[in-house]
Amino acid sequence: MAKLIRDEKGRLLFTEEMKEEYTILCPNMVDIHFRLLVNVFRSYGYKAELLTNCGANIAQEGLKYVHNDTCYPALLVIGQFIDALNSGKYDVNKVALLITQTGGGCRASNYIHLLRKALVKAGYENVPVISLNMSGLEKNPGFSLSLPMMRRFIAGLVYGDALMLLDNQVKPYEINKGDSNRMVEKWIETLTEKFKEGKGYSIDQQTEYLKQIAKDFAEIPVNKTPKVKVGIVGEIYVKYAALANNDLEAFLAEQDCEVNVPGILNFMIFKVDNRMEDINLYGGNPMKYQVVKILFNYFCKMQNVLIKAIQTQPCFQAPEPYAHVKSLVKGVIGYGNKMGEGWLLTAEMLELIEAGYENIVCAQPFGCLPNHICGKGMIRKIKEVDDRANIVPIDYDPSATRVNQENRIKLMLAVAKENLVAKQK
Amino acid sequence: MRIGLDVGSTTIKCVALDDQDQIVFESYERHYSQITQKMAEILERVRTEVVQGDTAEVSVSGSAGMGIAQACHLPFVQEVYATRIATNKRISDADVIIELGGEDAKILFLTGGLEVRMNGSCAGGTGAFIDQMSTLLHITPEEMNQLAAEHEKIYTIASRCGVFAKSDIQPLLNQGARKSDISASIFAAVANQTIAGLAQGREIKGKVVYLGGPLTFLSGLRDSFDTALKIQGIFPDHSLYFVALGAAYSSTETIDLKKAIQEINEYIHEGQFLSIPCLFENEAQYEEFVARHAKAKAKRGDIETYSGKAFLGIDAGSTTVKAVLVGTEGELLHSIYRSNSGNPVPAVKEYITEIYEKYPNVQIAASAVTGYGEELLKNAFSLDFGIVETIAHYTAAKHFLPEVDFIIDIGGQDMKCFKIHNGAIDNIFLNEACSSGCGSFLQTFANTLGYEIPEFAKLGLFAKHPVDLGSRCTVFMNSSVKQAQKDGATTQDISAGLSVSVVKNAIYKVIRAASADELGKNIVVQGGTFLNDAVLRVFEQELKVNVIRPDISGLMGAFGAAMYAMQREKQHPEFQTHLIRLEDLQHFTHEVKVATCGLCNNHCRLTINSFGKERKFIGGNRCEKPISKKKQEPVPNMYDFKLETLLSYRPVAGKRGKLGLPMGLNMYELLPFWHTFFTELGFEVVTSPLSNREMYIKGQHTIPSDTVCFPAKLMHGHICTLIEQGIKHIFYPCMSYNFDEGISDNHYNCPVVAYYPEVISVNVPELEAEQVTFINDYIGIHRKKDFPGKMHKVLSQYFDGISPKEVKNAAQKAYEEHDRYLENIRKKGDEFLTQAEAEGRPIIVLSGRPYHLDPEINHGIDRLITSLGAVVISEDVVSSKVEKPATSVLNQWTYHARLYAAAEYIGTRKNMNLVQLVSFGCGVDAITTDEVRQLLEKNNKIYTQIKIDEITNLGAVRIRLRSLFAALDQ
Repeated sequence: MAKLIRDEKGRLLFTEEMKEEYTILCPNMVDIHFRLLVNVFRSYGYKAELLTNCGANIAQEGLKYVHNDTCYPALLVIGQFIDALNSGKYDVNKVALLITQTGGGCRASNYIHLLRKALVKAGYENVPVISLNMSGLEKNPGFSLSLPMMRRFIAGLVYGDALMLLDNQVKPYEINKGDSNRMVEKWIETLTEKFKEGKGYSIDQQTEYLKQIAKDFAEIPVNKTPKVKVGIVGEIYVKYAALANNDLEAFLAEQDCEVNVPGILNFMIFKVDNRMEDINLYGGNPMKYQVVKILFNYFCKMQNVLIKAIQTQPCFQAPEPYAHVKSLVKGVIGYGNKMGEGWLLTAEMLELIEAGYENIVCAQPFGCLPNHICGKGMIRKIKEVDDRANIVPIDYDPSATRVNQENRIKLMLAVAKENLVAKQK
Repeated sequence: MRIGLDVGSTTIKCVALDDQDQIVFESYERHYSQITQKMAEILERVRTEVVQGDTAEVSVSGSAGMGIAQACHLPFVQEVYATRIATNKRISDADVIIELGGEDAKILFLTGGLEVRMNGSCAGGTGAFIDQMSTLLHITPEEMNQLAAEHEKIYTIASRCGVFAKSDIQPLLNQGARKSDISASIFAAVANQTIAGLAQGREIKGKVVYLGGPLTFLSGLRDSFDTALKIQGIFPDHSLYFVALGAAYSSTETIDLKKAIQEINEYIHEGQFLSIPCLFENEAQYEEFVARHAKAKAKRGDIETYSGKAFLGIDAGSTTVKAVLVGTEGELLHSIYRSNSGNPVPAVKEYITEIYEKYPNVQIAASAVTGYGEELLKNAFSLDFGIVETIAHYTAAKHFLPEVDFIIDIGGQDMKCFKIHNGAIDNIFLNEACSSGCGSFLQTFANTLGYEIPEFAKLGLFAKHPVDLGSRCTVFMNSSVKQAQKDGATTQDISAGLSVSVVKNAIYKVIRAASADELGKNIVVQGGTFLNDAVLRVFEQELKVNVIRPDISGLMGAFGAAMYAMQREKQHPEFQTHLIRLEDLQHFTHEVKVATCGLCNNHCRLTINSFGKERKFIGGNRCEKPISKKKQEPVPNMYDFKLETLLSYRPVAGKRGKLGLPMGLNMYELLPFWHTFFTELGFEVVTSPLSNREMYIKGQHTIPSDTVCFPAKLMHGHICTLIEQGIKHIFYPCMSYNFDEGISDNHYNCPVVAYYPEVISVNVPELEAEQVTFINDYIGIHRKKDFPGKMHKVLSQYFDGISPKEVKNAAQKAYEEHDRYLENIRKKGDEFLTQAEAEGRPIIVLSGRPYHLDPEINHGIDRLITSLGAVVISEDVVSSKVEKPATSVLNQWTYHARLYAAAEYIGTRKNMNLVQLVSFGCGVDAITTDEVRQLLEKNNKIYTQIKIDEITNLGAVRIRLRSLFAALDQ
């Protein structure tokens, strides 16, 4: 049994001993990506497990242990952890929780603290919580984020973005239902095996695999009939997690739409870029700027690898590079707007419209602070910039009902269909 | 033949068109949630009455029609889309459509770029809202409409949410405001809500069409829209049926009607709704439960035979009035529990008269009153004592369970819970923002489904699959119920589900407890809502503990008041009651007048109640000014001082012309900084005036997100006002960071404060129309060294000829002025603290954000506190007196860090307590409130939170504050 050690402030540490004994539970935000990321942890000797528990009880547990006005994602992530701990599936004396921590001005930086408060309330004060962050916020002797590990994470994200993008572009048109999905599964398995062997991380290998992935998807037989194209943007968790958005992607698929969910890479680059923008706007250490710039460039390079690979198959629409996406918001919203999804959310809406996905669901937790500004607050301006925009903002929270959400989305779709018919004529 | 069905949340509309598009059939019926049955019935009628043959083209529309249409293979048309189709056909030159339905509100902009807006998660300002309000007024919506025509004045009523509106209307009723004025005010509120919530920056003009039930039936509502929009809207024929018409027009698919009707009838709901365990497994379990609770019985006496001293207790609640008479042994002699129909005065008059006349042997020796109508009744009938509700309930609960340590009272519209620690009221929870867990909520639902409340509640006892409805606001609950019905929940399941949600709301939302252990071991439950066995059962199940429900659970407030009167009388042998005498009751009159107080900026709406010649009661006032009139030595109030100080930064004419600063959000803190900075640079700095209602409304149409906090929404009015004043340069910078005051880990602004200028910049069309230069660059005042250079660059984009040296100099002065301002506050604060000490006054640290200084935001709560005799200071007076406190959350926002520091400091001070103001919708305060509470409770201090919004229920605030002071006294 690993000894429980706390730091001077009373925070329970994740020790080296625990690394041997403990299972680390990870919340699930985007299925494809996170399944790949968990593999990275495993390749470094952590016993990581991705949470898959779902259902109404998760929100209920969240409501029980978190302030009810806290954002929905916090409620769900924490609810999911507690539900898992209560499930009896894990030895609660040999389990640790992993959660990301951004350190920005949004409430999200407090998730980890709210999680610890909830654990105490629920009687799990001896379950250590590991912060996953790039700002050096909390350190643990048994857990460290090394540079090679970060490179592997980034690779996981690149593969994840590619698979998600291709799946979204193929699935609505596939002739044999399930082909695309099977392809995603096949590649997750393949990559998992490769990762185990330590392969698939280098730029060359990534280029090779990504091209192969694109080729495989291009070979799936499809019937390209015109469909309503819908983009999904929003608060990052609600945007991706089916648990939070009532399985929005599945609903849109049922309504016979093609869906585009912009990838995670841009969000990561955005968070890195923010540090440089801060220095541009307010002044700061030029050395730090240079260090951040290296990371920034690395990310952009990886994004480029992804774009190039997708472009080898002309039937697919590759994402735009970060620099282009950033240029779209010039004169719309400032680059200093960095809390939460910040200006990137606005930029993604413009990117989607430019790419022909002018019908957009802007998903956010009820009362999400940054999105009052960069989501709902910018819709008017976006329409001014491009009048094709057909955007519906949808709020998600524990009590918002599917009926109302779907009804509003259907309204957006009715207008979209009308536009589609007009376009065909 | 084309048929369109519009299945709404409360009604089904059906239209049939012949081949010439003529309407040959029309029906409009309430479905009382029997949706499938009603649908089949209507279709059958159409089939037999108008359709010749068995097939027709059919489409379904409406929010409740979606699921059924899908399951029964009928084409579905989204309802807003259907409205548009119908309008294009019938009123082709329409510009805008405003359609109100049972639970939805929509605006369609048809010309100049098609746009459709629907209400989001909030159903405020809809038909359901009007129904709810009419229930509250005890009249039908039609009667409301008639009364509204006779109105004389309009009150401000929040319509964003039925809950808030209720909190506004109830005090008005209790203070005796006229129903005609209230009716018209409700309509005006609905119009404002629809416009503010849905227009979102787009002007409603041109040919405006009114559609839907409420606008069809209520001419007064149409008038309110005309007034608010300054137009004459069009009210077309068939205005109820536009959705159904649109569905009919778009019907192309031929349907076998008989088959469709059969399918609808057979539509077995999948029963996918979430259900929770049933309340009782069998009758025996229920009987055991009833028998256990029957033991908590109050001692009774027989009033017919009783003679001697008796004590009168009255509880004027929000919807009912309760009165009891107890004998000298505390035995209950007599009681009433009556609906007060909006005015408690006649009921009480009748009751006292009856006691005097029927029981001459009973001598009322003392009397006390509590509840919403406390002051009104105390004045009307010269009752001896007025006590705050919490004290009344504690007094009563002790009678049943002397060792009681937790009391929860759920009444019609309010919920009170408090912990008792060492014989004193320790921690009070009141529902302020939400009444979804209260009795009137259950009642409204019962009525909607066509039941009386006792009958409805009983239905739930043996429900097989109680619906899990969650625990939030009524508005959300409406749609949850709708969804459950769609999924096949029975009325029994819904009744039980509602009881569960009442309890969950109380436990997890109001009290925020994780388990029963946190509440206490000896729990007394009371209030009318607990008379409902289902609620009681769920409460015990949820907490896994048996509780005491006194058999007079609904009378506890009144009983406590009577016991209080008895105790006081016993303590003072000389005591003589002042209670109104029988002869005075016979000449008793009650007149109500309304007036607006002009003695300060709050402009309270006063209701002046006169009882004959001598006695008068003024309600609606926030401070003592309109009552006492005589000049009193003011109680020190830091909010006053800070506001005065800020107002002293006047414009100084300068060579560079006028520059406007909007007085909202962080400008309340940074005015000294920016005023000095720009004045030094030679600008004439003009600030927008203090906020008021008119100003808010002026900017309301430009607010893009209706769930953002009120202080942010007010900003739109400030900008519009500056533009109106002809200001051509407005400075309102984006600021991710604030000053680092050394008491936190980081020094951010909250996202709304940081970036609201972005919202203003793209949502206020007047900025462009009036060619205003709006300067909203990202500026970092936290880096003092970098600031002048960066700021020079920013300014150079807009102005010529400002030198770096000038900026540097101005910056230095600005930083100095900011420090001086803060120092000044601390110094004055210390003086106030010394004075409080000398005068022996309690000190309240009224904590919030700098912009809570705005009287339109704080609603004069600072004055309410000083009127209760306490000195008010702000958190920044004391936040610098401690080191950075250890917090269990990330301490990363400058303003919020002050709260933690203040809470830490207060813990060490004897006569100092904290009251936290929280703006509704403030996401950050979801984190700070729990943390501040924790910091205070660590030192055994009482935590008091007051939620404020556009409108605030000052009645509840008063209870909270009085309870706090009563608890401090103990």
